[in-house]
Amino acid sequence: MTFEWGWISDHEGDLATLTLSHLQAALTAVLLGLLISLPLAVLAHRVRPLRGFLLGLSNVLFTIPSIAVFVLLLPVSGLTRTTTVIGLTIYTLVVLLRNTVEGLDSVPAKAREAAIAMGTGPLRTLLTVELPLALPVIMAGVRIATVMSISLVSVATYIGDGGLGQLFTDGFQRDFPTPVAVGVVLTLLLALVADTLLVAVQYVLTPWRRQPGRAGRQARPARGSA
Amino acid sequence: MIRFDAVSKRFPNGTTAVHDLTLEFPEGGITVLVGSSGCGKTTTLRMINRMVEPTSGTIRLGGRDVLEQDAAELRRGIGYVIQQSGLFPHRTVLDNIATVPLLLGWGRRKARTRAAELLETVGLTAEAGKRYPHQLSGGQQQRVGVARALAADPPVLLMDEPFGAVDPVVRTQLQDELLRLQKELNKTIAFVTHDIDEAVRLGDRIAVFRTGGHLVQCASPAELLARPADGFVADFLGAERELKLLSLTTLAEVPVERARVVREGEPAPRADGGPYLVVSAGNEPLGWLDPEPGGSGVPVPVRPLRDTDSLLAALNESIASPTGLIARVDAKGVLTGVTARETIHEHAGRSHREASKGTAEAAAPPEAATPPGAGTSTGPTRGGAV
Repeated sequence: MTFEWGWISDHEGDLATLTLSHLQAALTAVLLGLLISLPLAVLAHRVRPLRGFLLGLSNVLFTIPSIAVFVLLLPVSGLTRTTTVIGLTIYTLVVLLRNTVEGLDSVPAKAREAAIAMGTGPLRTLLTVELPLALPVIMAGVRIATVMSISLVSVATYIGDGGLGQLFTDGFQRDFPTPVAVGVVLTLLLALVADTLLVAVQYVLTPWRRQPGRAGRQARPARGSA
Repeated sequence: MIRFDAVSKRFPNGTTAVHDLTLEFPEGGITVLVGSSGCGKTTTLRMINRMVEPTSGTIRLGGRDVLEQDAAELRRGIGYVIQQSGLFPHRTVLDNIATVPLLLGWGRRKARTRAAELLETVGLTAEAGKRYPHQLSGGQQQRVGVARALAADPPVLLMDEPFGAVDPVVRTQLQDELLRLQKELNKTIAFVTHDIDEAVRLGDRIAVFRTGGHLVQCASPAELLARPADGFVADFLGAERELKLLSLTTLAEVPVERARVVREGEPAPRADGGPYLVVSAGNEPLGWLDPEPGGSGVPVPVRPLRDTDSLLAALNESIASPTGLIARVDAKGVLTGVTARETIHEHAGRSHREASKGTAEAAAPPEAATPPGAGTSTGPTRGGAV
């Protein structure tokens, strides 16, 4: 029971295919989750009574065991990639919805008020003022959801999908640890790379956060109290 | 320019924010709304650009009912400045200022050129335009807030406690700047504050509100200080309201007497009863010199006053002066003479008596059952001789 390096080179092609398939499932789920979360979060943010309900619902969905989700989805979408993605998407909601609502909460009330008072329409205010200012908190949610989805894809092995997760069942069934180890390492690497890329995306999208504040600059005659 | 007719605002929770308000904001003037918190002054301001809609009554802007206009379009034509500036943290200073021009479809280039122009108008450097709001001081942010409100050159400005969050020194600078700008721009300004000194300094007219959204009195600062409509207004104006009134009257009409002077560097004259004013070769006052045996022989510094300075400043200087005299200078700083403490005091008393007397039709009824509406006062204006 030792690690067989040769196995890796023998299966290079398979590993690349599985990694890509794994990544694709996770990213599709996060994107779909974001598409669902954004309008729901705006709704939860604007209509206070809905807030508790929507956030509670996303929590409840998160507590459904993954196998149960897949079983419940089988009559609808069968043993397909669609089932995997729907299942994963449901799980991303718990983070994405909450963070998007909290991101919108974090927008300074004065900035929102100023936008409206200057004649910016509601949609334009949302797109050009609220969402950009909520971005840091939303991106924190996207990072968690992405890493979480990458680790969760493997569960879909139960329904014949699961990307790198297939290496685990393969290794388990043959009592052969090499694929398991390779699967774990590749999953970790994938999560690490995706997270790093998201940090870079956020850096590019929020130029105002890169500038040092007044405290970070050279001392100069104080002109205000703020 | 802006006219409120029997406007009331009741919120769904039952509180009345504004009660039967009839008020006019004259064109080209600064109308200050004052009162303690919860008196409806901010609600009144926000009804002008429909951030709040009245429950009853009409608000006309340039003759048109604001409720008949598209809210967004109406707002683009009204400058808006709020406390802590309300700048967009994610946009550069230049882009913040360009907000309304961009909404009006000027195009990025033209909007930016206009924004750069305004940076200069409000006393900021071009370099500040590239910064983000959090990189500026509170006072600078407030200047950007004003520039942003002026960007599309709206005829009307709404200012909601714009200088409330900056320290007193910066606040005074910003108030001076606003008055300087207003001289050039002649905007119709509605200005909300809870600081009566700010109201007296800036207002052409001051509207005092009481809790429950009642307008108690609307008058020029001098009239308000001299003839508060009731005890509430008097209390609000504070115990020093007579002194505040002096801050509105200039020295121009106070007579000047000849000064006993000695040139700088020349030998001190004999002790013959009282100090001399030391002047420079250019006849500018430098200090008081007491040649008496008890005197120190070192001149006491003097702060000369011009005709445009207030009676309050003169009174203040006369208290500090060892002789009870104030040195008067012309616009170039050249000595024109002195005025005695007694003369200032006597003049202050007279100007107060005149202001209190007022003209019959200008006097507000003391028991103001209905708030005195707009246009009822023809009292003296700010800075004029009272």
